Amino acid sequence: MRFLSTHRRHPLAGYAVLLFGLLLAAALYAAFAPGKADADTATNDPAKIEEGRELFLVGCASCHGMNAEGIMTVAGGNYGPSLVGVGAAAVDFQVGTGRMPMAQSAPQAIRKEPVYTDEETDALAAYIASLGPGPAVPDEEYTDVSEISQEELTRGGEFFRTNCTACHNSVGAGGALPSGRFAPSLQGVSEKHLYEAMLTGPQQMPVFSDDVISPEDKRAIIAYIKNVQNQPQAGFGGGGLGPVVDGMFAWIIGIGGLVAVAVWLAAHGARVKKKRS
Amino acid sequence: MSTTSTPLKDTGVGKKAAGPVEWLDDRIGLAGLVRKNIRKVFPDHWSFLLGEIALWSFVVLLLTGTFLTFWFQPSMAEVPYDGSYDPLRGLEMSQAYASTLNISFDIRGGLLVRQIHHWAAALFMAAIIAHMLRVFFTGAYRKPRELNWLIGIGLFAIGLIEGFAGYSLPDDLLSGTGLRFVDGLIRSIPVVGTYIEFFVFGGEFPGELIIARLYMAHIFLLPGLLLGLIAAHMVLLVYHKHTQWPGPGRTEKNVVGYPMLPVYAAKAGGFFFVVFGFTTLMAATLQINPIWAYGPYNPSEVTAGSQPDWYMGWVEGAVRIMPNWEFTIGPQTISLNVFIPAVLLMGILFTVLAIWPFFESWVTGDKKEHHLLQRPRNAPTRTAFGVAGMTFYGVCWIAGGNDIIALKFNLDIFTITWMARVLVFVGPVIAFIVTRRICISLQRKDNDAILHGYETGIIVRSAEGSYAEAHAPLPPEKAFALTARPRVPELTAPVSEDENGVANPDGRKARLRAWAKRFFYAHDVDKPTRFEVEDAAHHFHDDVYPPHDFPDDFSGVSETGVPKQH
Repeated sequence: MRFLSTHRRHPLAGYAVLLFGLLLAAALYAAFAPGKADADTATNDPAKIEEGRELFLVGCASCHGMNAEGIMTVAGGNYGPSLVGVGAAAVDFQVGTGRMPMAQSAPQAIRKEPVYTDEETDALAAYIASLGPGPAVPDEEYTDVSEISQEELTRGGEFFRTNCTACHNSVGAGGALPSGRFAPSLQGVSEKHLYEAMLTGPQQMPVFSDDVISPEDKRAIIAYIKNVQNQPQAGFGGGGLGPVVDGMFAWIIGIGGLVAVAVWLAAHGARVKKKRS
Repeated sequence: MSTTSTPLKDTGVGKKAAGPVEWLDDRIGLAGLVRKNIRKVFPDHWSFLLGEIALWSFVVLLLTGTFLTFWFQPSMAEVPYDGSYDPLRGLEMSQAYASTLNISFDIRGGLLVRQIHHWAAALFMAAIIAHMLRVFFTGAYRKPRELNWLIGIGLFAIGLIEGFAGYSLPDDLLSGTGLRFVDGLIRSIPVVGTYIEFFVFGGEFPGELIIARLYMAHIFLLPGLLLGLIAAHMVLLVYHKHTQWPGPGRTEKNVVGYPMLPVYAAKAGGFFFVVFGFTTLMAATLQINPIWAYGPYNPSEVTAGSQPDWYMGWVEGAVRIMPNWEFTIGPQTISLNVFIPAVLLMGILFTVLAIWPFFESWVTGDKKEHHLLQRPRNAPTRTAFGVAGMTFYGVCWIAGGNDIIALKFNLDIFTITWMARVLVFVGPVIAFIVTRRICISLQRKDNDAILHGYETGIIVRSAEGSYAEAHAPLPPEKAFALTARPRVPELTAPVSEDENGVANPDGRKARLRAWAKRFFYAHDVDKPTRFEVEDAAHHFHDDVYPPHDFPDDFSGVSETGVPKQH
């Protein structure tokens, strides 16, 4: 402890304490932040539908109406849209990614820890699916990308670049949209939820129905996203956000670091004698 | 220096080398030139090394660029990719993109060299700008260095184009999008835009020629120009000798520093290796421009977060915040929405930069030679103009990344755009006023330190119980450095008529110039006079400053109470 006490007035001591505090806070957060869960498919079981209806009345009806018919605002706007015919896939996506129920009114619902368990999500999806025909939760054969062929992977990339990167960025890092809305990052999104997003077009996203992009092609796209995101990085990648981050690094790390060397080099001339004893 | 050393020609090495050296000197006669320059003196200051960062990163660019040319194929011919990167295998792409993928994945060390090359390019431009700002804010461009300033502006402009050409060569989705941006920029030039576009691209965008043409420019034409201009820049630097900060023994007629050999050659040479090593370290640990993630260029595709490299970011931003002003005259579309922020603004930036030294000398009427630098605070109006310019550039630059900022800070992209639209006009004005006042306050602070000494941080309690902070006189060297600046010139009224009452034919011009000079020097705080300094020294131990005897090497205490050391 001599080291600490003798260096407590060192010019860098304050920064060191600050850094330590930040690291400690980050470590505590990482240790206590809750983990993730995943949802499963819905069924047509009447008991499940009834269970879903009860959950719906408690957690969803205040915005979407007692019969999921939607609620209009006084001004004629949409307080909560009608859910008749959105299908099980939409519920599984919105509830399974934690977007619904929304924590607050915002330009866009954000991904967060799911409030409902997998079984509860299934029940909600079953209830909504019972209200009218809509897209169902996809079969596992379309969300399992482990057996994808080379040709499909390349084709998935072409589909991804043609239809998705304009908003979601080339590695799915996300992108900004008008008025506070955004295309979210695709990092860490499950295969099933990627598929459901294409199928149901949540929030700002267009719908890519099975007529537009076939289930096989959807699987190829998902395979490409997963493959690209699992590629090794050539060094720290800065989140795949492109040249803006590169420029920041060039100035802060590059010029900052070289100026530090320049200061050292200029201060230590051949004839500079150390004054300190 | 020791005077008893053996002359070089009498040492062992000298005797052996004498023959070949004489042979060489008889034929090329460099001895005189070397003898003259070997002891050339360079002053030491960290800010003088900013230009050196640019120079050395240029050398790194030449070395790594040569390596890359061994494998890069500047062709837009389509080939199916069969390299080792899975997600693109079998895809049709240009040879340029395929060969860049090969450099990245299948050539040993290729990815590292590519990343060194790209980082060095980003650093080259950043160092040029940092160096330019140093020269600007210290007034180093004043007579006799105006021409070297112009050469520097030329280097800056060519560096921009060179960087952009390199950014476009891999023919990936990002560089193609950048090319499309420049295509729009060219087309926005009224009347001749489309003709220039067809000339540059050999027809409709993207054509099949542009990569080969950019390649020629990128590896031959522009580096050649850069090399020539850098040589001229350096020759003029040697001819003018380096500027220096004022201090004891430093005048407008001498240079105080270290000789080229052995000190500066070692320092500068060492710095080259530091720059090369640092760039390599960055390239090894930080990913830049992962072209494989973007995919090959296809005009029907685009990716979110498409931005140019940072040095074109401000043009991108200016275009992003520009309102959509566009109209047609007959068959001509006039795209002011692109022409003003891209073409015109870039032209204005370089024109203003080029004109400034001559404009300032016209305003101040200063035709003297200057080899001593000015501290930014001692030219408040110039510094304020500089910071205003930086603010304008900075707002445009931020606007160029508005989507990334919106995404990462959960903001509304329209709000950022509108903020930038307002700030691009208001920001520079505020920055100008604030900077000028800060400079003037700092001048006052300097004067205060000269006259009343500096605050030691020691609080003294008097017998009556009052508290005061002890001041100590500045060390003479420091006081000298602070006062080694010219006096603020007298501002005289413009001559409106001569002694015979005849009106001055240049009356308007003289009035304008007098106004500009008054504006330039307004509120400038002059340094204390000799009388004021002597008077203050005489009264130093008055009751205002509690008498206190400090040891010679004392230089105050820090906030934590520890004595400071030089």
